[in-house]
Amino acid sequence: MRIPIETFRLQNGLFVSLSEDHTAPIVAVNLWYHVGSANEPPGRTGFAHLFEHMLFQGSADVQANEHFELVQRAGGTLNGSTWLERTNYFETLPSNQLELALWLEANRMGALLPAMTQQKLDTQRDVVKNERRWSMDNQPYGSWLEKLPALCFPSEHPFHHSLMGSMEDLTAASLDDVGQFFATFYTPDNAVLSIAGDFDPGNARRLVERHFGPIARGGHKPALPDMSLPPVFGQWKREVVPDDVMLPRLFLAFRSPAFGTAAYYPASVCGAILGLRNGSRLKRRLVREREVAAETTAFTFDLAKGSDLLVVDVTARPGVPAEQLEQEVALEIDALVRDGVTDAEVKRAVALIQTMFVSGMQEAGERADKLSMFATYFGDPNLLNEEVDRYRAVTAEQVNAFIAERLGENNRASLVYVPREEEPAELVGSGAAAEQR
Amino acid sequence: MTALPEVSRTPRPGPSAPREYHFPRFERRKLANGMQLVVARVPKLPLATVVVLVDGGAVCDAEGYEGTAQLTAKMLLEGTERYDGAELAERIETLGASIEAGADWDAAAITMTTLVEHLSDAFDLLGEVVLSPAFSGRELERLKAERLAELLQLQAEPRGLADELFTKLLYAPGSRYARPEGGDEASVERINRQVIVDFYQARYLAGGTTVVVAGDITTERAEALVNQAFGKWEGRAPERVLADTRPARTERAVHLVVKSDAPQSELRIGHVGIPRNHPDFFPVNVMNALLGGLFNSRINLNLREAHAYTYGAFSGFEWRRQAGPFMVHTAVKSDITDAAARETLFEVDRIRAEAVTPDELSLATSYLTGVFPIRFETTTAIAAALSVLTLHGLPEDYYDRYRDNVASITVEKVLAAARKYLDPSALQMVVVGDPNIVRAPLEAMRFGPLLMYDTQGKPLT
Repeated sequence: MRIPIETFRLQNGLFVSLSEDHTAPIVAVNLWYHVGSANEPPGRTGFAHLFEHMLFQGSADVQANEHFELVQRAGGTLNGSTWLERTNYFETLPSNQLELALWLEANRMGALLPAMTQQKLDTQRDVVKNERRWSMDNQPYGSWLEKLPALCFPSEHPFHHSLMGSMEDLTAASLDDVGQFFATFYTPDNAVLSIAGDFDPGNARRLVERHFGPIARGGHKPALPDMSLPPVFGQWKREVVPDDVMLPRLFLAFRSPAFGTAAYYPASVCGAILGLRNGSRLKRRLVREREVAAETTAFTFDLAKGSDLLVVDVTARPGVPAEQLEQEVALEIDALVRDGVTDAEVKRAVALIQTMFVSGMQEAGERADKLSMFATYFGDPNLLNEEVDRYRAVTAEQVNAFIAERLGENNRASLVYVPREEEPAELVGSGAAAEQR
Repeated sequence: MTALPEVSRTPRPGPSAPREYHFPRFERRKLANGMQLVVARVPKLPLATVVVLVDGGAVCDAEGYEGTAQLTAKMLLEGTERYDGAELAERIETLGASIEAGADWDAAAITMTTLVEHLSDAFDLLGEVVLSPAFSGRELERLKAERLAELLQLQAEPRGLADELFTKLLYAPGSRYARPEGGDEASVERINRQVIVDFYQARYLAGGTTVVVAGDITTERAEALVNQAFGKWEGRAPERVLADTRPARTERAVHLVVKSDAPQSELRIGHVGIPRNHPDFFPVNVMNALLGGLFNSRINLNLREAHAYTYGAFSGFEWRRQAGPFMVHTAVKSDITDAAARETLFEVDRIRAEAVTPDELSLATSYLTGVFPIRFETTTAIAAALSVLTLHGLPEDYYDRYRDNVASITVEKVLAAARKYLDPSALQMVVVGDPNIVRAPLEAMRFGPLLMYDTQGKPLT
């Protein structure tokens, strides 16, 4: 399977990828801005995400709420999302509506600020605060996405602080911040555009040039500080979180090679061996054989700058205390460090990853999003076509080298959720826990 | 505010000529053993999705043994006569195939997606899973413990808790719909190996089973693979089981589930709806899109964009073979729970009081017709659509006529559907929240009597 890809760059710096597929009259338009929570200035945690909400509040020629309305009326789906390193905006529409999506994206890239008002900011600020309550504050274990990066990255590191932001910082965000952020980061030279699906490449190129061509280049984006970190934490970090939960749950993180590097692929395969689906090690050992876990999974954050995180996520069975859960997981990791993985385990993991990748490529939106991702992080969307081969080239030896380097006790961070009344005194009282809070 | 740069802007474009789209062609075959086969050829990528649809949904659970259907379906993946659970998982996954087994209200489904190069091997394993499960006692005890863990987790999870208790409080106590799909603590503990074996023997029969295949495969090859994997299976279709859909109460009530110190209230408002195979499905579906189905629906624009009460507020009919719930769901800051409920009721009343504008209607109809091809980009989605067709006995040309049916809905039909299928006098309100903040304002609404419950749904006095 090869995805056809052609690329070009506008004079204002906008990088564009096109991928034709005429199977169905559908087209996906996808924009990644190379800005995420990592780029937030001090005192403005959560602003990148709040700003994403503001991008749906209209622009010079689009009324409030009209963005959603125009796309849905055209028969399209749409959304946006914010991550540590990037913010994306995307639509999938009937292919005869391609120009509408391009126009909408160009209008807000070129002329957002005339539509910004204090009232819209106040409303979206409250919506985001409700999103925070919904996804984190009133959700068992919901704070993990804030607490784990805080535990794993040094306090001055751009990945340390909360993506969702603190209520205080959200309150402090002003219309001036909106203007600054827009001028600094929402420029064509800090964005990539991808179009996948049913279109004529020549026509698409003309449309992109027409709508995005007149937008002025930026170029005032401040560089991120050096994000590189030593390969290991240097200690076993630990934080215990008493929460309104019924069962203990452990997030055990390892610092791992940055997304997209040659060393990333063995790490990713290691994660799949540990936690992907029913045949994974943790499922087999902790759920099926030891019966100490109710659920297990493993994943990477896929951070492309400096270093990534590989995370093992295990929820206890009723009656299993947090301490035992942590010990049982540690025993499995120790066994992995001692014995390594087998060729059969690598084969299973790679086969599953390959099928998932091909399945994902059925959707125009997923194709476009992956093109944007590779273009944003590495300047090369053609890496999409190398993804499966890079996984297939991973050997047990490489995975074992990763394990030897990264899964030792000097590179573990435990974020342990315990039911409020359970709080094991010996963990809560430990210096490490107090220090991290 | 920084100075606005001068930008040259382009005028708003219109659409170009649309290209035709057809839902994938599919063929139906009946096998010698009575199994039905539905095949859609989708040659875009070298993938196939297979769904084995068994008439063994949660409505078939015996009273007091709720959860049997889900446990039986899940047990299929926990070992066969030849392989134990771990070995089975390893064999399937080494092919790169994903496989899931579960039961909803109406059916049990085993769904597998694989690259076509492994389809033959994967099909053999699928056949083994469905025809020769071992039903190991140890694995059953483990799955029961996992369900109990799920039930325990629910008590601290306001979102899931609100959904579960809304359904429970909606239907008459004897109805299967008034008990959790996966069973509760008492019923799950009662289920032993014999219960599972009996359920399997009564419901998992060739004559009541449909295999749906969507992917890069011909009907002939699919038929050969199904015959090879399922050919020796026997049994006539079991008798259809129906649930009692009567509501628990005919008058309105507020059901307050106590979750002290909750920063938000999870709010559910609704009543018993209509079955999926209902002649008014299309007007009801369009009406709901306008009321609370779309981002730009009345409820979301009101609660989120105008009032900033919530991150999102939506309404929906849960489609089952029999009347599932109609429900508005949202999560709102605790101190405006009553105001959010009031705005929701206002929107339910408003869509029944006067016709929507043609402009508003066209938003829903053009969205539903336009998005139609986007719903079927994957083999999984196409197989699921064909499963719906089979499960609910919809006409064979249902997907071909879908967009015309949506387009035929008028403002009058929307109004009639709202008046007929939304009943403000029957609404039940479930709030999972902090009684110290929400109780007095909710009582002051005079919506109906206020009843209090703990997080297990037990009434508090």
